[in-house]
Amino acid sequence: MYRYDEFDQRLVDQRVAQFRDQVARRLSGELTEDEFKPLRLMNGLYLQLHAYMLRVAIPYGTLSSRQLHQLAHIARRYDRGFAHFTTRQNIQYNWPRLEDTPDILAELASVEMHAIQTSGNCIRNTTADQYAGVAADEVEDPRIHAEVIRQWSTLHPEFSFLPRKFKIAVTGAQHDRAAIRVHDIGLVIRRDANANVGFEVVVGGGLGRTPMVGKTIREFLPKQYLLSYLEAILRVYNQLGRRDNKYKARVKILVHETGVEEFTEMVETEWRHIRDGAIDLPAEEVARIRAYFAAPDYQTLSAAPPEYTAKLAADPTFADWVRTNIAAHKVPGYAIVNISLKPIGGIPGDATADQMDAIADLAALYSDREIRVTHEQNLVLPYVRQTDLYLLWQELRRQGLATANLNLISDIIACPGLDYCALANARSIPVAQQISERFADLKRQHDIGELRLKISGCINACGHHHVGNIGILGVDRRGEEYYQITLGGTPDEQAAIGTIVGPAFASDQVVDAVETIVDTYVGQRQDGELFIDTYRRIGNAPFKESLYGNH
Amino acid sequence: MSLQVVTANRLRDGRVIYLDAADGWSTDVAAARLCEDEAAATAALAIAAAAVAARRVVEPYLIAVERADGAVSPTRYRPVRYREVIRAFGPSIAAGTAAKET
Repeated sequence: MYRYDEFDQRLVDQRVAQFRDQVARRLSGELTEDEFKPLRLMNGLYLQLHAYMLRVAIPYGTLSSRQLHQLAHIARRYDRGFAHFTTRQNIQYNWPRLEDTPDILAELASVEMHAIQTSGNCIRNTTADQYAGVAADEVEDPRIHAEVIRQWSTLHPEFSFLPRKFKIAVTGAQHDRAAIRVHDIGLVIRRDANANVGFEVVVGGGLGRTPMVGKTIREFLPKQYLLSYLEAILRVYNQLGRRDNKYKARVKILVHETGVEEFTEMVETEWRHIRDGAIDLPAEEVARIRAYFAAPDYQTLSAAPPEYTAKLAADPTFADWVRTNIAAHKVPGYAIVNISLKPIGGIPGDATADQMDAIADLAALYSDREIRVTHEQNLVLPYVRQTDLYLLWQELRRQGLATANLNLISDIIACPGLDYCALANARSIPVAQQISERFADLKRQHDIGELRLKISGCINACGHHHVGNIGILGVDRRGEEYYQITLGGTPDEQAAIGTIVGPAFASDQVVDAVETIVDTYVGQRQDGELFIDTYRRIGNAPFKESLYGNH
Repeated sequence: MSLQVVTANRLRDGRVIYLDAADGWSTDVAAARLCEDEAAATAALAIAAAAVAARRVVEPYLIAVERADGAVSPTRYRPVRYREVIRAFGPSIAAGTAAKET
């Protein structure tokens, strides 16, 4: 894992001291709320419905056991014993006190963490494939480049006041688990015809009020030019992005209104001016960063050893969990373990302090002290030996963390919604809980198969509903919570925005509607078809008919 | 005019609070000062503005409340909009509700 150097640590420590002074001046009255608000937001501190909310950055979703223990400690000491993992691989505390926040930031800094750039119109936390470094289909570990981007974008003076927030995601694999095509910039690590490594550069994706799939503006960027090319894109956006209208200020609108060709030409022109300047990192600096992401000392193991396969044969519950929650590892005898934070009827993405401690301990025992956060609000242990899986699973079960539902209908992304969020129009979490309860039978979920269900409590779409196979958007209709359903969205390399199926449902109808949609799929599917395959074959009409036909 | 009360968040810890009859602030919506006409609402907002200047509260505003019927409501008055009901009584879900403090 990356370790802070003296510059990183000094910068974060200085920021803590600075914010401590700002909070003191706010409490003494030297600063008004209008003066203080932008300062607290620069440190990830929002004011939500019930309390302040602190959003802590988890760069590219990678945590050490030590860091996760510290996050648990903060939840226990300064919050209410739990926290919430977000769709940007970050973690949020729902109940911190303003007066405690400087101490919380100091506790974070002691484990090389912070809350810088988790709010505001700047470059936010760069996210990455949660299987980075261990995926079998990977060209190169995206965390190296995500770390380079983190260093470049941290307190970047030119890009601290962009027209709007800016999100970058990187994947090194063919199968996109990081939803890179719905980010402001998505990067896919690829090889060209001569086996050189570089990036496909995708710009202008995003969800929210105007959802769009990003456009590829460069099929192949030699990797040494990463920062100069990003800088060129950001410069064009910073200059031309609309500052007159918040709802048209994201880069997706600029790309859309300018046209991909013209936008690309502007970026390329800017890039030609700066590409051989001082921005791109020398190879030795990239090598230095790369060394931090060296693989653990893998043992030479045989794949599927007998003691493991015997457990699979003997314990069907274990086998079910392995079938859904374990992904293929690039090294024989190892497994990628997904820890579902979506227990049946639970709150998606929430973890208690005790669970965080338990996972940190298990990572120390079984996964080289490393944990990943997924944008789907689950956790991953990336380096587990297959022979350890049974013991690990038993430990996870004891903590209520062994739900075998990865990518199934109860593995729901849900934003905090109106239970916590000041922007929300409707609640998300209770809807997720009711759907999860309705489909509680895991056998039924396995039969339904892979199905991405995503819920947002407002049009800002933190719950990624536009790219849900089934997407649910909460709206306020004359003082009542209603839910609009979209179908056919996908977040991966075939990214697509879902289509609204019809009029919205009242809160007491929405779970039935989801079940009707699922039953329609089950009735129509052909051999081997996932929900999304059937949807693409038959379209909206049969779903519309079964939902609204009798009315 | 509908019945209104003034709500805000407490500066130190962000908690939801309501202006009460004694010009103080309570976390309990049942203790809120009822404004029955425009003049009362204006006067209440003026007191809230002073509390902002005194660094006690942030972002005060008026909300509509209604008389609660029967035993379903824990208070005599409750907010009309469900957003304000959730602000008044805490998250509607277990993690938040169990942890709700006053």
